[in-house]
Amino acid sequence: MTLFSLAWHSLGSRRKSVVLTFFSLLISISVLLSVEHLRLQAKESFNRTVSGVDIIVGAPSGQLNLLLYSVFRMGTPTNSIKYSSYQTLKNHSLVEWAVPISLGDSHHGFRVLGTSQEYFQYFKYADKKGLVFEQGQAFTGMFDTVIGSDVAKQLGYKLGDKIVIAHGIAATSFTHHDNAPFTITGILKPTGTPVDKTVHTSLAGIEAVHLSPRQLRNILEGNTKEEIAPRQVTAVMLGLKSRLATFKLQRDINNTNSDKLMAILPGVAMTELWQLMGTVENLLRVIGFLVLISSLFGLSTMLLASMDQRKGEIAVLRILGAGPRVIFSLVLLEALILVLLAIAAASGLISLTLYLSGDWLASHYGLFLSGHLFSTDIMLAMLVILGATIATAIVPAIEAYKSALHTVLSSKL
Amino acid sequence: MESTETNNAESQSTLAISLNNIEYKYKSKATSPDLTIPQWDLKRGQQVFLYGDSGSGKTTLLNLLAGVLTPSAGVIKIFDRAFSSLSARQRDKFRARHIGVVFQQFNLIPYLSVLKNIQLADYFASTKRKDIIDSAQALLSKLKMPASVLNKRASELSVGQQQRVAIARALINQPELLLVDEPTSALDASARDAFMKVLVETCAAANTTMVFVSHDMSLQDYFETSIAMPLLSQSSSSQEGLK
Ligand SMILES: Nc1ncnc2c1ncn2[C@@H]1O[C@H](COP(=O)(O)OP(=O)(O)OP(=O)(O)O)[C@@H](O)[C@H]1O
Ligand SMILES: [Mg+2]
Repeated sequence: MTLFSLAWHSLGSRRKSVVLTFFSLLISISVLLSVEHLRLQAKESFNRTVSGVDIIVGAPSGQLNLLLYSVFRMGTPTNSIKYSSYQTLKNHSLVEWAVPISLGDSHHGFRVLGTSQEYFQYFKYADKKGLVFEQGQAFTGMFDTVIGSDVAKQLGYKLGDKIVIAHGIAATSFTHHDNAPFTITGILKPTGTPVDKTVHTSLAGIEAVHLSPRQLRNILEGNTKEEIAPRQVTAVMLGLKSRLATFKLQRDINNTNSDKLMAILPGVAMTELWQLMGTVENLLRVIGFLVLISSLFGLSTMLLASMDQRKGEIAVLRILGAGPRVIFSLVLLEALILVLLAIAAASGLISLTLYLSGDWLASHYGLFLSGHLFSTDIMLAMLVILGATIATAIVPAIEAYKSALHTVLSSKL
Repeated sequence: MESTETNNAESQSTLAISLNNIEYKYKSKATSPDLTIPQWDLKRGQQVFLYGDSGSGKTTLLNLLAGVLTPSAGVIKIFDRAFSSLSARQRDKFRARHIGVVFQQFNLIPYLSVLKNIQLADYFASTKRKDIIDSAQALLSKLKMPASVLNKRASELSVGQQQRVAIARALINQPELLLVDEPTSALDASARDAFMKVLVETCAAANTTMVFVSHDMSLQDYFETSIAMPLLSQSSSSQEGLK
């Protein structure tokens, strides 16, 4: 027999109110922990999406807009920039590498990205990690394609499979260009970024999808010798020779006359994104905390209400030599047991939900959430919950202490 | 008065209870105390029957002896240890280890099994005995209870059974002093007699000092010594209270 087992049985003896309190705690703790987890994970997931890119150039719109569609493949690009602008940038003296991207098409709901072979060499994510091929290699021909790991997994594609790319980005596009089949030449390793959900092709391939059926047939049958020259791209990612030149180059690009261009720094745009989300984030945290406090008050009320019926129980414990401090700890322990159980259950619930909804969140919101809940920040949040529990349970605990102090052993109850 | 004073030196080791000029007030501002006991000694191993009218202060006295209440004035010594020199915490520990208490009813925690109720006494005395189940079983069989009762919830027992379990629990730590307050008032006549028999026998066998409180005078026959509460609280010598 220990104090823990006593507290446990005591909770068990008041099963109905305890179970109700438990559910209220479970809900509030789940809310608080998932807000916290989503917040941290969203930040990490977004931050790891792109790395090593110094400047992104696109058609003028908002810098967030450009960031969202070029990096997160969210939303639709409003305008394009000239292909010649890409060539100019590529040959710029300050630029080490330039990777064009062309968006706007889809394959079974997965975004299609037209780009150059340099993409696989220079595009980095997380801590400057490069893209690695699980199988095959980068595309070489016009109708070759490299797919992300989720595309391969979800659609069951293998190397050498032929796929069709549709114009537009809806899962079911109206204009299926059935006569423009692409061959899978490479499958990338998982990255935990939107790359996993992307079908990569050459710029020429994208251009071909948009040709008239007759022109397309000509090309497929090898009637035309001429290369299809891309006329426009959605954005260009730049790596600079020296990062010191970043601001100068950004200014130069923004002042280009030959084309309407806008240059953004991914880090700066990302910060703006966080500032925008910061308010919402804090609001959610405050709401989560208020919900928690209210359920903790519920817990205290439950314990306090039980005090009357527990007078006899306390008297028995006093007879056996339990001091008022023991009674105090007993009540506190009951509160902590309930909250710890609720934390454990909430963690399980959230992990399960993340596991089940991970794919959906990734494809709809570009959020790659880890099901692994126990980061330092979450642990910290749990400690805060326990601290708040002690702070609120102190009221019934003191009540029990007083009752124990004034208990007179008496035959009349 | 004189005789007790001269005997004091040698009686040190043989006294279980020694009260000196005890006063107790439930409300510290009250003018007259709720209980006054000028002098009372009880030898080790003695079993006394304490009777008196309702409100004469019997339960209050037991609370003082158990160390739950502390006297407003005077000195209480239990086995030569002055309660007034102990902290509240030490008194609680002392009670856990050396004093068993049985009340009229509600002695057990209803939602715990009989065994757990008994183990609780062991837990608070921090004796951590390994043979606790065996001892509990032995005690229960002495009290004429089947071993199967150990795993029943206390609330499932009859009142008579509960009272016997209460005795088993009070005795599990082999206390030197057993304080009993009207344990039979909830029992019918036959259950009461059976209960009294096992109680007195078990205590005598263990040489446990016992203070047994009741206003049921018929129980007097189970004891060699009886004390009337009014005499105890008025007289200046314990001897006058003895029959
Ligand atoms: N908890 C309490 N608070 C205040 N006064 C009390 C309390 N308990 C007892 N008293 C008072 O102390 C006096 C002695 O009461 P006590 O309970 O000791 O009597 P008793 O002899 O045990 O009576 P009974 O035979 O009815 O059990 C009474 O006058 C009673 O009113
Ligand atoms: Mg009484």
